[in-house]
Amino acid sequence: MSFQIKEQPIVYDVCIVGSGAGGGMAAKVLAEAGAKVALIEAGPWYDPADPKYITQLKNPWESPRRGAGNHRPFGDFDAAWGGWEIDGEPYTRKSGTQFDWFRSRMLGGRTNHWGRISLRFGPLDFKRKDVDGLGDNWPIGYEDVKPYYDKVDRLVGVFGSIENIENEPDGLFLPPPKPRLHELMLKQAGKKAGIPVIPSRLSILTKPINKDRGACFYCSQCSRGCQAYADFSSSSVLVKPAVKTGNVKVFTNAMAREVITNQDGRATGVSFVDKNNLQEYTVKAKIVVLAASACESARLLMNSKSSRHTKGLGNSSGVLGKYLHDSTGASRSAFLPHLVDRKRYNEDGVGGMHVYTPWWLNGKKLDFPRGYHIEYGGGMGMPGYGFGFGMENINGKYPNKEGKIKPAGGYGLSLKEDYRHFYGANFGMAGRGEAIAREDNFCEIDPNVVDKYGIPVLRFQYTWSEHEIKQAKHMQDTFEEIIAAMGGIANGSKPGPESNYGLAAPGRIIHEVGTTRMGDDPSKSVTNRYSQLHDADNVFVVDAGTFVSQADKNPTWTILALSMRASEYIIDQRKKANL
Amino acid sequence: MKRRDTLKALSLGTLTATIAGTEAHADVPKKAVPPSLSDFKNGKSAAELARDAKIAAEKFFTLHELQTIRVLADYIIPADGQFGGATEAKVAEFIEFIVKDMPQHQTPMRGGLLWLDTACVKQFGKKFVACPKAQQIQMLDQIAYPGQAKPEMSQGVAFFNLMRNLTATGYFTTEVGFKYLGYVGNRPNAWDGVPEDVLKQYGLSYDS
Repeated sequence: MSFQIKEQPIVYDVCIVGSGAGGGMAAKVLAEAGAKVALIEAGPWYDPADPKYITQLKNPWESPRRGAGNHRPFGDFDAAWGGWEIDGEPYTRKSGTQFDWFRSRMLGGRTNHWGRISLRFGPLDFKRKDVDGLGDNWPIGYEDVKPYYDKVDRLVGVFGSIENIENEPDGLFLPPPKPRLHELMLKQAGKKAGIPVIPSRLSILTKPINKDRGACFYCSQCSRGCQAYADFSSSSVLVKPAVKTGNVKVFTNAMAREVITNQDGRATGVSFVDKNNLQEYTVKAKIVVLAASACESARLLMNSKSSRHTKGLGNSSGVLGKYLHDSTGASRSAFLPHLVDRKRYNEDGVGGMHVYTPWWLNGKKLDFPRGYHIEYGGGMGMPGYGFGFGMENINGKYPNKEGKIKPAGGYGLSLKEDYRHFYGANFGMAGRGEAIAREDNFCEIDPNVVDKYGIPVLRFQYTWSEHEIKQAKHMQDTFEEIIAAMGGIANGSKPGPESNYGLAAPGRIIHEVGTTRMGDDPSKSVTNRYSQLHDADNVFVVDAGTFVSQADKNPTWTILALSMRASEYIIDQRKKANL
Repeated sequence: MKRRDTLKALSLGTLTATIAGTEAHADVPKKAVPPSLSDFKNGKSAAELARDAKIAAEKFFTLHELQTIRVLADYIIPADGQFGGATEAKVAEFIEFIVKDMPQHQTPMRGGLLWLDTACVKQFGKKFVACPKAQQIQMLDQIAYPGQAKPEMSQGVAFFNLMRNLTATGYFTTEVGFKYLGYVGNRPNAWDGVPEDVLKQYGLSYDS
């Protein structure tokens, strides 16, 4: 890759920062419309079908640590290059609060390893303030985004089922995979407990949708990247087709430092540090599109100070970095005695659950606002590091193959048999819920710390409120109802108030949003309803920073839809010569 | 790509991958080039590969410690008539790597092994591996059952729990472990639901 920007000052039509869901979509839409695009990515190139990158279908013994997650946080085979901590790229925390920030430095960003859970926000999700008086409404509603969700469904592909559930809009679905054994049991248990269990909605191709991408071959390893391109990752599905147009130049290992603005306060380009030689370069562009992730884009804007933008670009309102919120998360697992010694067959399935529980208590009187959905796991998964741990907590509690309860622990042939006997007889539940966006949960520039590229880093302040804690308590109660209806026995003890009912630390669910939120009032928002900065009309934000509220839905599908919407708006405004 | 072609391409790909370990000669670089940020091989970055090679080249356990680990691992997961045990699965080699990679295991393992030898010397006048089998079993029976062990053996119980955990993980993440367990996934296939006989066994169906 050559870096001759200073010698050859090409002016691109658009410079996009970040190649994840938002940046990939913008690159594809804009390049296909004929725009000359510079795409800046902080990590290296990645192609899950290139043998040098493939981890899919590798066996645990091909990793000396058997796939353990002590280096790559989700395991040695996971397709996320980065993690909660990145060498030389620190962030800090304020007032003793906690926020953990997950970053992937690679083409496609975090879309390479995500859960592919592709849920549309529903009509209520855009107008939650109308329901409970908390936070703010979005300036747009479901009807504004629906056409883009439809287009994303067609372009990317998502399986699911038509359910006609209020606030869980159906999409244009490919056929869902049949439930696994424990998932069939979950459907039955759900009926007993009055909790809906429906086919999951994942962006995995159960049928081919075009000639460039294959269909799922059911290895359950989407998190490792798919060599058949059968799942959605921005690198495979968006960036590569965008590059094929000939209109996109990708700058990899390029760490954006600052959006450059002129005397009128409009953007003229982006400066970045080439990680290979630590030299600084500038890409000139007529329009700048930020898609570096909610917090990274906010950081970039805050670091883009000028005489016209003294508090950072796009921050005349002072809300830049504020209203940061992540999904709530809590989990529990259970043993299923009726599944011991089960017949073996390949039940890998797609990467993730085949069924899930959408939020089912809208309009019910509860002691917390908003809601959550439940994700399920279980079955005869591939052993990796940690397999077999804690047998002494199981084999003294439940009967062995001969129907006897032995003393816990042990060794020898009888112990060996226990691992086989109890294999695949567990299931797990994870609640993912909506937090309330608050002004006092934020990221800002740490005045004292820079990263190894000399760029000032983020400092976080974040606390959960009673709302989220009570929601986690409700999750735990629900989990026990489901376990009972499954005929299962809960593992471990029920998380209580001492642990906020198992509520995960902020940032751990990796759904952080809200730092550049959209709104019609420039004094209370960073972008307008088209993801365009109030303070600089040629700068757009197309990651989850613009989310006013997160819903209990995973953010990716909405990032894709809003990025497509913003990109079409850019094309339209260019045609009308407004940009 | 049609699914059938994908399956075909992938099964070939899998074959290649199996052979890949033996064709390292093909990848010997002609001259030493410093790794760039974009160098990847076999799913790992140059930096990750260098880190793993460095860890593998270090030594942690003494020969005596490794010998003790080998004997313990084979007690925990022995060979049976059909399937090999911990030795065949190279469990001791895995434990040697993992304690270097996860330093939190180093003191519990090293100290636990020494605790075991000290306890054996006290009871039998010999270190664990030097004891005859009957005495080794006598010692194991005092530390392998957390619910029955005497309070003064609690450190031995904690050590043996860790040893059991690492042995199980080391064993079941190998080919022989997969075979023993009956794990048949991690290969391209077509999922068409739970097999009919299994549905029947649990009284379930896809129609209800």
